[in-house]
Amino acid sequence: MKLHSVSEADRRLIPSSGIKGPVPLLIAIMTFVMVVVAAAGLALGNTASVVKQGVENRFSIQISDGSAKTSAAIAAARSAPGVSRVEQVPPEDLRRTLERWLGPAGAEADLPLPVIIDVDLAPGADVPAVARRIEQAVAGARFVAHRASLAPLLDALRGLTMLAFGLVLLIAMASAAAVVLAARGALDTHRATIEVMHGIGATDEQVATLFLRQIAIDALIGGIAGAATAGLILAAIIGGASFATSLAGGPPLGWGDAAVLVALPLAVALLATMVARGALLRALRERL
Amino acid sequence: MLLPWQGGLRRANAVTRGRERRLAGSIVEFDRVGLRYGTGGEVLRDLDFRLAEGGFYFLTGPSGAGKTSLLKLLYLAQRPTRGRMSLFSDELAHAPRDALPGYRRRIGVVFQDFRLIRHLSAFDNVALPLRITGHDETEVEGPVREMLAWVGLADRASARPPTLSGGEQQRVAIARAVIARPELIIADEPTGNVDAAMAQRILHLLTAMNRLGTTVIVATHDLGLIAATPGAQLIRLENGVLVDPTGALRHPPGTPPRVGERGA
Repeated sequence: MKLHSVSEADRRLIPSSGIKGPVPLLIAIMTFVMVVVAAAGLALGNTASVVKQGVENRFSIQISDGSAKTSAAIAAARSAPGVSRVEQVPPEDLRRTLERWLGPAGAEADLPLPVIIDVDLAPGADVPAVARRIEQAVAGARFVAHRASLAPLLDALRGLTMLAFGLVLLIAMASAAAVVLAARGALDTHRATIEVMHGIGATDEQVATLFLRQIAIDALIGGIAGAATAGLILAAIIGGASFATSLAGGPPLGWGDAAVLVALPLAVALLATMVARGALLRALRERL
Repeated sequence: MLLPWQGGLRRANAVTRGRERRLAGSIVEFDRVGLRYGTGGEVLRDLDFRLAEGGFYFLTGPSGAGKTSLLKLLYLAQRPTRGRMSLFSDELAHAPRDALPGYRRRIGVVFQDFRLIRHLSAFDNVALPLRITGHDETEVEGPVREMLAWVGLADRASARPPTLSGGEQQRVAIARAVIARPELIIADEPTGNVDAAMAQRILHLLTAMNRLGTTVIVATHDLGLIAATPGAQLIRLENGVLVDPTGALRHPPGTPPRVGERGA
């Protein structure tokens, strides 16, 4: 019986419950929920980043009183330093958008429409200077940053991302608590064996090591099963959700995110083993 | 009779027996030791005695006298609630908990209820003390088989305790207690479940170990066992108090005679 390794003889001391016990199932469920929530959090975070990047340098010129000033506004925008693209939003597009919101009345020709001109700035452009030039050239024109109108959405996405990571932590803590209960239960089950081992000179470390092996195996099996199930379901959802890809400007989860999700069951197993070790040693110290 | 240690076991236990034997010191010293469980009254009171290294002692007394409690103190399953208690010349009443396994490895215990691990084979039960002290499997196999053969259980090595008779379980418990060649053997009614021939054999094992330098303490009601062991000293407890009218246990002679070295 070595301190940190478990021999075949040691394995016989604490018979394995295989994967029939409740701990692997519990860990599998916890890991499944954890991976799904973590994936959602990562996808939301990625979407927020993509949206933010997309609107970071995009602005609009809004002219509410007719199209007579359109050419002047476009000319003023094109002459401003740092402007990379200037393009009027076609009135038909505006009407289609209004029709979605207002119904058939939104498509009526006599409905007055503002003029909207999209303006992209190069990174590092002097935004106030561009705004001043346009507003001086066209009276009543407003130079509006897209990020200002999308700020509530971005805040919501960031909040949801943080909530997801908070939930992952909570689930990890719940898993740890479940493992502690299971470890203490295992000690009670094998009380007689432990008393004999202590009586003939086994240290707490030696006793704890016997239990840790089983707990680590249970946690690993449960973690891998839960993560694999979650991975299959996520793959099916992401593969079938083209809106997610178009919203995020690409797949909502990258390879880096996949690596994080794959590492989760290993992290759960490691956490479970460390927590169980502490719990076992504390429980053993309560005895002489 | 050839003991297992006179063969391969002696080699296997060389690591655990690296300690130099002291011949004339006290292996156990109790100084006004008292023990109570919880808030109850004291079950042991003012125990004041010394046991010489290499001695052979019988612990006797009526039921409820405190024999089991005294044995628990001796094999470090219990701490005294007052007084000083030293084993192997070290004060252990207040020793840190982490230090106790090292002392327990120097003690072999035969429990009255055997305390074998039910799901392990007889072989694995006997091998446990060697494995706990880090012996390699190659150092375990031979000595354990030798010891099982010596207690007459060579053909029951793979049997689990529930399939063994009371006497067979007791012999496994004895083999486990002595396999690592402890300095102190504590046996609680070790012949309680065996026939007369096996009782004689077990007594012979204990006396042979005593001759090799091991201190032996046997709790028993068996007067025949006591009578058959010339040279052994008696520790008698009554109502938790040591009965020692001559003071021999408080002030033992310097070098104890080993059993068989003097007449009855």
